Amino acid sequence: MLVQLVHSILVVVLAVTVSVVYFITGNWILDRWSAKSNTPKAEKIRPWIFLFPALFLISLYLLYPAFETLRLSFFNNSGREFVGMQNYLWLFQDEQMRTTLRNNFLWLIIVPLLSTFFGLIIATLSDRVWWGAFAKTLVFMPMAISFVGASVIWKFIYDLRSTDADQIGLLNAIVVALGGEPMAWITIPFWNNFFLMVVLIWIQTGFAMVILSAALRGLSNEVIEASRMDGANEFQIFYKIMVPQILPTIIVVWTTITVIVLKVFDIVVAMTNGQWDTGVLANLMFDWMFRAADFGRGSTIALMILLGVIPIMYLNIKRLKQEDEI
Amino acid sequence: MMSGLRKLYLASPLRMLTHLLLLFLVVAWSVPTLGLFISSFRTADSIDSTGWWTSLAESSQNKRIRLAEANEQQNIGGQFLIEGVLFEDEKIKIVSFGESFKTFTDTSAGDSLTLKNGTELIISEDGHYQWTSDEVFMHKRGKRIFVNVLIPPTFSLDNYHYVLFSEGLGKAFLNTLTVTIPATIIPILFAAFASYAFSWMQFPGRKILFVIVVALFVVPLQLSLIPLLSLYSSIGAYLDFSAKSYPGVWLAHTGFGLPLAIYILRNYMIGIPREIIQSARVEGASHFQIFVKLILPLSLPALAAFAIFQFLWVWNDLLVAMVFLGTSSDQIVMTTKLRDLMGTYGGDYEILTASAFVSIVVPLSVFLGLQKYFVKGLVSGSIKE
Repeated sequence: MLVQLVHSILVVVLAVTVSVVYFITGNWILDRWSAKSNTPKAEKIRPWIFLFPALFLISLYLLYPAFETLRLSFFNNSGREFVGMQNYLWLFQDEQMRTTLRNNFLWLIIVPLLSTFFGLIIATLSDRVWWGAFAKTLVFMPMAISFVGASVIWKFIYDLRSTDADQIGLLNAIVVALGGEPMAWITIPFWNNFFLMVVLIWIQTGFAMVILSAALRGLSNEVIEASRMDGANEFQIFYKIMVPQILPTIIVVWTTITVIVLKVFDIVVAMTNGQWDTGVLANLMFDWMFRAADFGRGSTIALMILLGVIPIMYLNIKRLKQEDEI
Repeated sequence: MMSGLRKLYLASPLRMLTHLLLLFLVVAWSVPTLGLFISSFRTADSIDSTGWWTSLAESSQNKRIRLAEANEQQNIGGQFLIEGVLFEDEKIKIVSFGESFKTFTDTSAGDSLTLKNGTELIISEDGHYQWTSDEVFMHKRGKRIFVNVLIPPTFSLDNYHYVLFSEGLGKAFLNTLTVTIPATIIPILFAAFASYAFSWMQFPGRKILFVIVVALFVVPLQLSLIPLLSLYSSIGAYLDFSAKSYPGVWLAHTGFGLPLAIYILRNYMIGIPREIIQSARVEGASHFQIFVKLILPLSLPALAAFAIFQFLWVWNDLLVAMVFLGTSSDQIVMTTKLRDLMGTYGGDYEILTASAFVSIVVPLSVFLGLQKYFVKGLVSGSIKE
């Protein structure tokens, strides 16, 4: 067993050595060459030696596959026969697909909204109490937990036992204590989507909180104190002064969580495996790709996910250009 | 005036409300994990029969149990006596007992009860019982009685022992480490060089290349899976090598992690004062020397921030592992294993809870230990200061 670990450490050493040798010899050859020919050409090539490994891997693992997926979406299940728009037509006629799109839409609206909302509330509250740092750590903690681990945690909360036994799931125990009937939460179509979303909201709130808390700290105290003197109450200060000022950060948080939501896969796979009408695009794509081995339809679904992130990509690029001009 | 208003706020009910609301939210956010943690130390029986929140107090349970058989009786001066103890576990306390489900609360421990057949039964609090009769006991199977008992909270590491050594989770733990270490270090290395070029070297297309790289950061992983898997199988077939291998996963995580790495590192490196680099250039240092001796040490906080990101991301990843790694015992990682356990042992919470906690403990310690860097990295990636 340990052999394997030693092996992986050796790989790291090897990878580091190979890269260092690559960079050193690349530079050395350039230095020799520029010394001989005495031209500035060497300095023009040097950046590309620095860039090559990263750009090569990015092209191979992100750029090339994106175009290949686009191509495959016009082909049949084996990827050999051109079928035109058939996969896209199928996409909009398939019953299961409609449920999936509806679910994805719900996820996209609700998870970023509630994560940002709770994150903002907790960030604001914790800046006002002496145990704020401790509170933040506890809320932030789920960020370190894998989506699968989180699914185990929440499956335990949603657990259902027969009505005459003690409920061991926290949610049903509370429901019973309040006089209600225990329910199989994750199998109730439509509403079960919300119970799965809770898991992601639980994880992402910590992220939203940390970023928003940093933004709130950056606000000038003078404006806030001045408005307090003018008789504004705490709620007015929050809504009318703090929130508008950190709006750009709220948008960044919102879009980052949106990107994560679009790729959500683990939670659904682990908790319901897409049963009981809980499927989302990423899971449907996985099913078509591996269970049905249909590369055409799998690729088409993957492109739908890309379609969702394109507006965000556009926003990011715009932001980047603005930053560069300043 | 200002301090007066401030005092008013501090003394107001609003302040109480702030504390209470935050307390409520924090409890709501930590209780789920706490439940998993506590449950992982409980026995299968107790997880299955009572909620984890009851496990810290003594639990009252009703049990059916059989008394000893007739061949254990002793004849003491014409009286027949069967002695014994109800539970092996000395910590279990008897509260009351009885002959049927309806009457078992009627007789308290220590009192004597006359059974329907005329025999006498005394059960003391510690579970020792004396069953006496004027006639010879003739029964074959021990008599069944009902008891109400108090069971003290018991916690053990048995579940952990079981999942680590019998369920193969220990091996999965090592596999996860094998995936994570190279997949964290290799992208840092490549990204550091590229970020230096993007920050401090002149070349045509610098801006547009950087924009493309950062734009790729949001491209969904799903888009890459099918083409890469085809590529891997054809390369694998050509080299007579399995398409599912560790190097394949390392490179995949490297490719997927590079855009974020370059973004974070470049943002940091470009903030290093120009004078430092220029004076080094004037003294005749090459780009390579500047990078190794100046930039790398100065960029340590950003390198650490990204390392934590990538480590958590790779450790917690399920999708890439499911696609690019097999499920045999020498390749399966913890997330995949956990997902399998959820499928096969849907209700075996003693296995699930302990396994989940094993998979959580490393990222959680990394996270708690290096939280400062992690937060800095997150913030610098999202807010331009």
